[in-house]
Amino acid sequence: MTAVEDPTSSVDLPPAKEVGQARRRKEDARLITGKTTWTDNMVLPGMLHLAVLRSPVAHGRITHLDVSAAKERPNVVAVYTGADLAEEQGSLPCAWPVTPDMVNPGHPSIAVEQVNHVGEAVAVVVARSRTAAADALEAIDVDYEPLPVVLDMEQAVQEGSPLVHDHTTSNTSYHFVFDAGEAGTGSDTEQAFADAQVVVSRRFVQQRLIPAFMEPRSVVVQPSGDNYTMWSATQIPHILRVMAAMVTGIPEHKLRVIAPDVGGGFGGKLQVNPEEILCLLIARRLGKPVKWTETRGESLMTAHHGRDQVQFIDVAADRDGTVKGLRVRLLADMGAYLRLITPGVPALGAFMFPGIYKFPAYRFECDGVFTNKVPTDAYRGAGRPEATFAIERIMDELAVELGMDPLEVRRKNWINAEEFPFTTVAGLEYDSGDYHQATEQALELLGYDELRAEQKRRRESGDPVQLGIGFSTFTEMCGLAPSRVLGSLAFGAGGWEQASIRMLPTGKVEVVTGSTPHGQGHETAWSQIVADQLGVPFEDVEVLHGDTAISSRGLDTYGSRSLVVGGTAVVKAAEKVVEKARVIAAHLLEANADDLEFTGGKFTVRGTPGAGVGIQEVALAIFAAHDYPEGVEPTIDAEATFDPENFSFPHGTHICAMEIDTETGFAKIRKYACVDDVGTIVNPLIVEGQVHGGLAQGIAQAMYEEAIYDAEGNLTTGSFVDYLVPAASDLPHFDTGNTVHAATSNPLGAKGVGEAGCIASTPAVVNAALDAVRHLGVTDIRMPLTPERVWRAIHQGGDGGDRAAAGSNAQGATAGETAAASTDPSSSGGHL
Amino acid sequence: MIPAPFAYARPTTVEEALQAIADGGEDVKVLAGGQSLIPVMRLRLAAPEVLVDLTRVEELRGVREDGDMLVIGAMTTHADVLTDPLLAQYGQLIVQATETVADRQVRRRGTFGGALAHADPAGDLPAVALALDAEFVLAGPGGRRTVPAAEFFVDYLTTALEEGELLVEIRVPKLGEGWGVRYEKFNRVAQAWSIVAVAAAVRREGGRIAEARIGLTNMGPTPLRASATEAALVGVDVSMETVTAAAAQAAEGTSPSNDLNAQADYRQHLAQVLTRRALAAAVGL
Ligand SMILES: Cc1cc2nc3c(=O)[nH]c(=O)nc-3n(C[C@H](O)[C@H](O)[C@H](O)COP(=O)(O)OP(=O)(O)OC[C@H]3O[C@@H](n4cnc5c(N)ncnc54)[C@H](O)[C@@H]3O)c2cc1C
Repeated sequence: MTAVEDPTSSVDLPPAKEVGQARRRKEDARLITGKTTWTDNMVLPGMLHLAVLRSPVAHGRITHLDVSAAKERPNVVAVYTGADLAEEQGSLPCAWPVTPDMVNPGHPSIAVEQVNHVGEAVAVVVARSRTAAADALEAIDVDYEPLPVVLDMEQAVQEGSPLVHDHTTSNTSYHFVFDAGEAGTGSDTEQAFADAQVVVSRRFVQQRLIPAFMEPRSVVVQPSGDNYTMWSATQIPHILRVMAAMVTGIPEHKLRVIAPDVGGGFGGKLQVNPEEILCLLIARRLGKPVKWTETRGESLMTAHHGRDQVQFIDVAADRDGTVKGLRVRLLADMGAYLRLITPGVPALGAFMFPGIYKFPAYRFECDGVFTNKVPTDAYRGAGRPEATFAIERIMDELAVELGMDPLEVRRKNWINAEEFPFTTVAGLEYDSGDYHQATEQALELLGYDELRAEQKRRRESGDPVQLGIGFSTFTEMCGLAPSRVLGSLAFGAGGWEQASIRMLPTGKVEVVTGSTPHGQGHETAWSQIVADQLGVPFEDVEVLHGDTAISSRGLDTYGSRSLVVGGTAVVKAAEKVVEKARVIAAHLLEANADDLEFTGGKFTVRGTPGAGVGIQEVALAIFAAHDYPEGVEPTIDAEATFDPENFSFPHGTHICAMEIDTETGFAKIRKYACVDDVGTIVNPLIVEGQVHGGLAQGIAQAMYEEAIYDAEGNLTTGSFVDYLVPAASDLPHFDTGNTVHAATSNPLGAKGVGEAGCIASTPAVVNAALDAVRHLGVTDIRMPLTPERVWRAIHQGGDGGDRAAAGSNAQGATAGETAAASTDPSSSGGHL
Repeated sequence: MIPAPFAYARPTTVEEALQAIADGGEDVKVLAGGQSLIPVMRLRLAAPEVLVDLTRVEELRGVREDGDMLVIGAMTTHADVLTDPLLAQYGQLIVQATETVADRQVRRRGTFGGALAHADPAGDLPAVALALDAEFVLAGPGGRRTVPAAEFFVDYLTTALEEGELLVEIRVPKLGEGWGVRYEKFNRVAQAWSIVAVAAAVRREGGRIAEARIGLTNMGPTPLRASATEAALVGVDVSMETVTAAAAQAAEGTSPSNDLNAQADYRQHLAQVLTRRALAAAVGL
């Protein structure tokens, strides 16, 4: 892929279309140099600083809490406990009650009587400097009466398990079911399994992950009379404003929320955070501006985590490989509380388990389970990576069971190009694509035949380094979302997006978008779209976002929705601008509006060469407003709100070639090729960047990352020494390509690319590793593929005891002898 | 992530530094590159009252020759090590190990002496120093003394440095003609600490091994020598068979920990594989 701009200028040529050009991102210079308003850069006169005392125990009653000494510390202004704020703090919102009888225990921003996970806020110091606040934490005296700690989901759902919340009757928050037979989108699943010639069943573990965004969370609140302005490093200023107003009782119109430049989120900043509420409450109490910025340790420990599911999946098939039915049962770890969309993440995944395959029958069940860990919530892909992993892994298992080629089983069952639009057994209507074409192209990119030949040679010679090839032929649902669909899923908001376009007197253009970027490059892509729509130079477009006082309506950025939904709103607003300008232009040219043509930013009169007026000139004329038609308002500004009728369905084929050192268990990606169909490409450079970043995160789940709790519920991977985020040096070169089948649900034809790489890559990597060592007796290896896990699987056979490092996700505790070897949490934390 | 308050001194000579340490009272810490000390202070796992910063003590920085020995100043940074001509010629084992330390930013600040004084068993340089039988020159209020590597590393994060003492330089033998070396590090991502690593230096005479020195990283609370393997190699022919047979004894006498990265049995297995690979590379097999 070309990743650079063409330096040769094209002065003489007609203006090229902006959409499709690999424009460098106009926002990058300020983002990369940091010369911008990150929230933590904000300094307000008289600003006070918050530091939060956090629970060191996972489950306990607060029996004693004395903050008097802390109040005496130098430069301390106030110290608050849960008891101080109990009356006014309300509960953090959960916007997705997936079932009518879902149990939501409520989520205080600061613990009042009981703590339910390590890191929960217990007291807040307010001081004149950040360091004074941090120092005073040490003077707070707290005693906890420990309660039994619930960590393992499979134990938590057993009768008689200790409870996370003693006012509930079980640790199960909800039981969500989607049954295609009952929904009328498929046949009876039990019957399909009863009739099947082959049934393959597996249990997969989606480990807990940490979003690990680069910019830590930060909040500033400035009170002004009864008005409040909040700056927050958030993905969702609009949603945050509504939610924070409801939680605190500050009227919505008295609260302005600003997300200035935000340094990454990956779903981790799709949240209403306890500290955002605490900052509001404390600023209201003190009448002074306050700031809270987390440390990296706080971030890893208390910002919501992702994934964490145990997946039981069964596939029914005929001996020839034709699939007949799919059954999925999940345990999904909610953590201690339900945050914004905690329960919805696995439920969203429910619709993606059938993947690209024509299953006639499908049933999905999920239990949301409480444990004494930090809550889970959205993390890049949110539900779809989990589903894609399970289906793409079990298609390989089916192939093994049948002695078939894994690609052959896929080909036999996938939706063919001529079958689009295709309604799946989960009731979704897939828009467009060609799985065959993407696969052929990816095989070519990889150099498949040669690698298969090398694999054979290595096997035959018993080479200590074995080679494997793994596939993931995935699709996902993007462009969240048709509001009616969200309503039917009981989600607490719609899925529309808004944009407005302001034509300034000098002809420059302000685009206001409700999609709030946090690193994706909206400013560049939106400028390209508007440049084409209005025929104005790319440089003449400024994109405004992230401030509820400027962009008053919006639903922000997540679920690969921004371009698909927000970009479409921009197109619609631009169309309105052109139509309004047409009326003015016709008046100025003394022509009939119907006789005007609009190309390249200029209105011309059909059949009258030479007569014309540019839209930027129209903008000045209507600003002066000296001469415009009667009965028309003197502006060509416009806004539009777009509510999609359907999701979009990017797809692609990802192929990983993996080398495994059988002596050490070390896994190394030899080659990675992927061909993604993300619909129309507005900016190939941005698409490439999103794919690369997504691949890094998806590969990281397969190979490196895992949030591990010890038996007491302490996060032992509490720093980047132990939570292994791969760097560029740990990742291979990526061979990427695209096919283009436009989305049918939006005029841009864009499908969304924000999550594709992350969703697709994980199963390709694990399938590749297994392909490398299956002939040595390995049946499965749990993620991440640590060298030790791989080595144990090779040397013990099977799944190597399904464990490696002790205490992994608290599952290891049940896994027999080696698990008994205790992990000293400090033993790795000591390498500093 | 904000350290507790501390007082700060920045001497320019060893003498001044010793004085500052003596004046500092009970709870003084020496600051070298700060790549280990600052993180533990930020986590408030350490809260010294006084920091004596050695970065301005020029005499502690640099590498010089002294007959058959190389003398490395404690404040020589990892980055200095990687560009030093004497080390390039006679200290390849140190260079190779230093290349695997962390990332560029850390290597720019972190120091050779700091890494040794910190004595993290997962650190890459202690095992190298031990394999080379390095001598540690310590300066204290009562003068200087020299401690052999075998006595310098006492326990987990504990060395022979007494209160009030400074590590000033480290003396290692020049490895010239006939020596082959290899630092074989095993970790999960490029900038991470060793799960296990092996430092091997082997001297060949003709087709035979005359001398082998093998240091093990992270196979116990201190760096260790693979003594059984070393002994098994003396006088044997250079071949994959002899090397493999000797390497099979590499884990003898080790007591590695169980932690997030690996269980002890796996570490012992790795020690054997890595020792074999390090030896094979060192002798050019
Ligand atoms: C992200 C990261 C990754 C790392 N990865 C690795 C790795 O892969 N391998 C590896 O080996 N190391 C690694 N390190 C550690 C690095 O090598 C450090 O530089 C080293 O451990 C400490 O050296 P320093 O100069 O920074 O010492 P400091 O942190 O300043 O000091 C460390 C300790 O030694 C004491 N000390 C320092 N100098 C003296 C002296 N002259 N006399 C007496 N006492 C002294 C200090 O008081 C302190 O207790 C890593 C560090 C970081 C931050």
